Amino acid sequence: MGQTRQTARDEGVAASSANGGAADPFADLHPPLTATQAVVEADRCLYCYEAPCIAACPTGIDIPTFIHQIRTGNLVGSAETILEANIMGGTCARACPTEILCEQACVLNAREREPVEIGRLQRHAVDHLLAANGPHPFTRAPETGKRIAVVGAGPAGLAFAHEAARFGHSVTVYDARPKPGGLNEYGLAAYKMVNDFAQQEVRFILGIGGIELRLGMGLGKELKLADLRAEYDAVFIGVGLTEPVPLGIPGEDAPAVEDAIDFIARLRQAEPKSSLALKGDVIVIGGGNTAIDAAVQARKLGAEMVHLVYRRGPEHMGATHWEQDLARLNGVIFRHWARPVAIADRGDVAEVTFERTRLADGRLAGTGEHFTLRAAHVLKAVGQRLAPEGLEELRREGGKLWVDDRYRTSLPGVYAGGDCIARTVDLTVQAVEDGKQAARSADAFLKEKES
Amino acid sequence: MIDLGCRIGGIESINPYWLASAPPTDKKYNVERAFRAGWGGAVWKTLGEDPPVVNVTSRYGVHKSAMGGIIGINNNELISDRPLEVNLKEIEAMRREWPDRVIIGSMMAPMDEQAWKDLAIRIANTGVQGLELNLGCPHGMCERGMGSAIGQVPEFVEKTTRWVREAVDLPVFTKLTPNITDIVEVAEAAKQGGATAVSLINTVNSIIGVDLDAMAPKPMIDGKGTHGGYCGEAVKPIALHMVAEIARAEATRGLEISAIGGITTWRDAAEFIALGASGVQVCTAAMLYGFRIVEDMIDGLVHYLASHGYRSLDALRGRALPNTVDWNQLNLNYDLKARIDEASCIECGRCHIACEDTSHQAIRIEAKAEGGRRFVVVDEDCVGCNLCMMICPVPDCITMEPVDNGLPAITWPEHPKNPARKAAAE
Ligand SMILES: Cc1cc2nc3c(=O)[nH]c(=O)nc-3n(C[C@H](O)[C@H](O)[C@H](O)COP(=O)(O)OP(=O)(O)OC[C@H]3O[C@@H](n4cnc5c(N)ncnc54)[C@H](O)[C@@H]3O)c2cc1C
Ligand SMILES: Cc1cc2nc3c(=O)[nH]c(=O)nc-3n(C[C@H](O)[C@H](O)[C@H](O)COP(=O)(O)O)c2cc1C
Ligand code: SF4
Repeated sequence: MGQTRQTARDEGVAASSANGGAADPFADLHPPLTATQAVVEADRCLYCYEAPCIAACPTGIDIPTFIHQIRTGNLVGSAETILEANIMGGTCARACPTEILCEQACVLNAREREPVEIGRLQRHAVDHLLAANGPHPFTRAPETGKRIAVVGAGPAGLAFAHEAARFGHSVTVYDARPKPGGLNEYGLAAYKMVNDFAQQEVRFILGIGGIELRLGMGLGKELKLADLRAEYDAVFIGVGLTEPVPLGIPGEDAPAVEDAIDFIARLRQAEPKSSLALKGDVIVIGGGNTAIDAAVQARKLGAEMVHLVYRRGPEHMGATHWEQDLARLNGVIFRHWARPVAIADRGDVAEVTFERTRLADGRLAGTGEHFTLRAAHVLKAVGQRLAPEGLEELRREGGKLWVDDRYRTSLPGVYAGGDCIARTVDLTVQAVEDGKQAARSADAFLKEKES
Repeated sequence: MIDLGCRIGGIESINPYWLASAPPTDKKYNVERAFRAGWGGAVWKTLGEDPPVVNVTSRYGVHKSAMGGIIGINNNELISDRPLEVNLKEIEAMRREWPDRVIIGSMMAPMDEQAWKDLAIRIANTGVQGLELNLGCPHGMCERGMGSAIGQVPEFVEKTTRWVREAVDLPVFTKLTPNITDIVEVAEAAKQGGATAVSLINTVNSIIGVDLDAMAPKPMIDGKGTHGGYCGEAVKPIALHMVAEIARAEATRGLEISAIGGITTWRDAAEFIALGASGVQVCTAAMLYGFRIVEDMIDGLVHYLASHGYRSLDALRGRALPNTVDWNQLNLNYDLKARIDEASCIECGRCHIACEDTSHQAIRIEAKAEGGRRFVVVDEDCVGCNLCMMICPVPDCITMEPVDNGLPAITWPEHPKNPARKAAAE
C-alpha cells in the first residue's frame, strides 16, 4: 500500500482485535476524538463546494459546513447543522458504514488516499451537544391539532415522530418491545453503541415535545391498523424486519441453534457483557452485517473458533469490505461457497452438514460435495423479513411494503419507511431519511386536507 | 436567540458583517449573492471619476504555508474599472431591492476639493447609507496622487474628510492605510475632519515572492512585477493592533471603528469587537471560500455570545480594552513554567533544541531506564517564554503552568532594577 496514513478506522480494527487482553473487548470501536484531534482532522477537509460527500449521505448532511464549524470552534452550531438533516446524527456517526457512504465520496481519497474521518467528526460535534444537555436545538411550530400514530420506535419511526412534532403535530409512538430505539437498542453491535447511547439519543429526540411513547403495544396484537386510521389523522409504519428467515433444513430446532438477531439482542441487554461468556466453537451462517456482527461478538465473548459460512464468494457478501476485515482481524474464519443442508443434535454440540456450492450459468448450484462442522452454538443470520401481523391490508412488493416516491402506502393517510419498505436500502441512516421525508409528505397531506 | 443587530457609524445593520470594498462588491450580481447568503452590508468597490481605470491581467499573488494553506494574498488591482453611471444605477437598484441591508459607497479622487465633493454628491444621491473614503490603496492609484498618497499625509486625510462632510449629510468612514508610522495620528486627523468612523486596515505594501527563473516579482505581468497590497489572515495581527491603538487613544475618543484585516471566522470578528470595533469588513475570506462563509460567522458568534452570557454585541464591544495595556503596566513577577507530559511525548527533541540553541537551555535530555529519552524542564532556567509549547508537534503535550513564587505583582516603573526609579529615589 505504500505509505498510507494510519487512521482511526485502522486503530478501531486493531483495538478491537486485541481481545483476551486487559482491554474491554466491548469498548468503543472508534474511540471518540479529543478536542485537538478533531480540529486537526477537521483541518484536512478542503471545504469543497457542492461537496460529493453531501450527495453520498442518504440524509444529505451539509458535511463541509459542519466540519468547518468544528474548525472554528463552533461545536453547538456544528451539531445543529448535522441534526437539522439527521436527528439521529449521533447513532449514524457510530454505525454508518461510512466506507461506502460519505467517506467513500471524499475527494481526499484521490489525493491522500485517506478520506476525512467524517463519521468521527460528526460524533465529536453531536456528542458535544448531547453532553451539554442544553435546551433542545429545535422548536415546534404552533400546535396544529392533528394527531399522528407511529408504529415502531426504531430509527424510521423516531425520525418521523421528530419531524412531525416539529411541524406542530401531536405524535403517539407505539412499539411492541419494552424499550424504544429499535435495532439501535437491540441490534447494532455493542462496541458501536457503548454507554447506553441508544436510550440517551431517544431521550434527546423526544426532548422536542409533542411526542408520546407507548411501549409494549404491538400492531396485530394490542393494536389494529383500522383502529389507528380511525383514531388518528395519519399513520406511519416503521416496524422494520422482525421475523428471521429460517434455513428450511432438517434439525434447525436443535437446542444449540439460535437466530443471530436474538443472540445479539440478548447481548445488547446483558450487563456486564461477560455474563454471556461463550465456551467452545461457534458457526455463523450468512454473509450480511448481522452475520459479521454475530461472529465478531461471539469471538469477543470468548468463543474458541468462529466459522462464518456463506454460500457465495467474498465479493457477494452484504457486509462491506471493512466489516469483513474487522471480522478477520478478530479471528473469524471465513468459509465461502458452502450452504447448510442438515443439522444434527449431538448432545453438547450440533453437527452441521454443508454442501459446497458454485456458480453455474450465473446461478448458485450445489456441487454434491459435503463436509461437516461441529460447534456448541449455531447462529442463523440469513436475513430478516417483514412480520405480516396487522399489515394484511397493505400492498406488498417483494415481500416488503410498497410505497410510492412520497412514502405513501396503498392506503390513504398511511405512510411507511425504514427496513419494512421495498424502496430503500436497509441502513440506519436510510431509515432516518425515510422517516424524515415521510413526515414531510404526511404534513403536506394534512395541510392539503385542511385547505 | 441572540440578535446580532447593531449600529455602525449610526447605521442600523442586521449583523456586524459587511463586505469590504473590493472585487466581492464590484457589481450588483455579486452583492446580491452576498445579501442572499446573509451579509449585513457591502462597501461597494471604490468609485472614481470617469473615465474608468484599466486593470492588468495577473492581478493576485499568494503566500502559502508549507502545508499548502493560504497565509495571505496580495493584489495590484485598481479601483472599479466600470463606468461610474453603471455602478450608480446598480447601487440605486440594490438599495431599493434590499432595504434592510447596508450599502456604503467607497470613493476616491485626486487632492481637489471640487472633485471630492462632486463625486460624493453623485454617490449620495443613489441612497447609500454612508460614504467610505479610500485613502489606502497602496498600489497604482497612489502613483496618480490618490489612495495611500493621500492617506499617508494627516493634513490631506483631514481635508478630504472635511470636504465630504461638507458636501453630504451622511456618515463618513475614512478608510486608513496601515503603511504609515503612527495609526493614531491619521485617525486623529480623520476625526478632526469630522469622520463618523475610521475603516482599517487597507492592504499592506508587499512583494509576495520572486520568480527565481524569470527573475521578477510575482505575480508577473509580461515578465515584470510590481508591489501589491497584502491582505488575508496574515495581516490580522497588524489590524488588531491598529484598531486597539485607536480605541485606546485619548485623541480619538468617540471615533467609531469599522475593523478590516484578515477576518475569516466569527472568532476573528469577536476579537476585533472586543477591542472596540463597531462592526467588521471582510474581503479575502470571501474571495477564498465564497459568500457562504458568513453563515458560520453569524452562527458561531451567536453561540459564542450565548455561551458567555453576552446579550448583544454591545455587551461584548470593547471588553478586552481594559486588559490591553502598555508594557509598563505588566506584572514582572508573574511566573510561568513549561510542563511536558511524558505520557504523550513522542521524543522528537524539538523542544530541547529550540530551548538549547535559542532560548534558555532549560530542557534537559535524560536517558530512560527502559530505553528512549525523557525531556525534563529545569525550572530555575525556564523563563516561561512559550517557545517549546508553540513548536511541540503533539497537541497539549507541553503546557505552560503559572507557579506561585510568593512575590507581589510589580511593574517596571516600580521595579528596583529600573534605573529611572533609582534616580528618582536618590
Ligand atoms: C444485527 C444488525 C446489525 C446492523 N448493523 C448496522 C450498522 O452497523 N449500520 C447500519 O447503518 N445499519 C445496521 N443495521 C441495519 C439497521 O439496524 C436498520 O436498517 C434500521 O434499524 C432500520 O430502522 P427501522 O426503524 O426501519 O427498523 P427497526 O430498527 O427494526 O425498528 C423497528 C421497530 O418497530 C418495532 N415493531 C416491529 N413490529 C412491530 C409491531 N407489529 N408493532 C409495534 N412495534 C413493532 C420494533 O420493536 C422496533 O422497535 C443492522 C441490522 C441488524 C439486524
Ligand atoms: C483584489 C483586491 C482589491 C481591492 N480593492 C479595493 C478597493 O477598490 N477599495 C478599497 O478601499 N479597498 C480595496 N481592497 C482592500 C480591502 O477592502 C481590504 O481593506 C483588505 O483586503 C483587508 O481585508 P481582508 O484581509 O479581509 O482582505 C482590495 C483588496 C483586494 C484583495
Ligand atoms: S478567477 Fe480564474 S476564471 Fe475567474 S477571472 Fe480570475 S483567472 Fe479568470
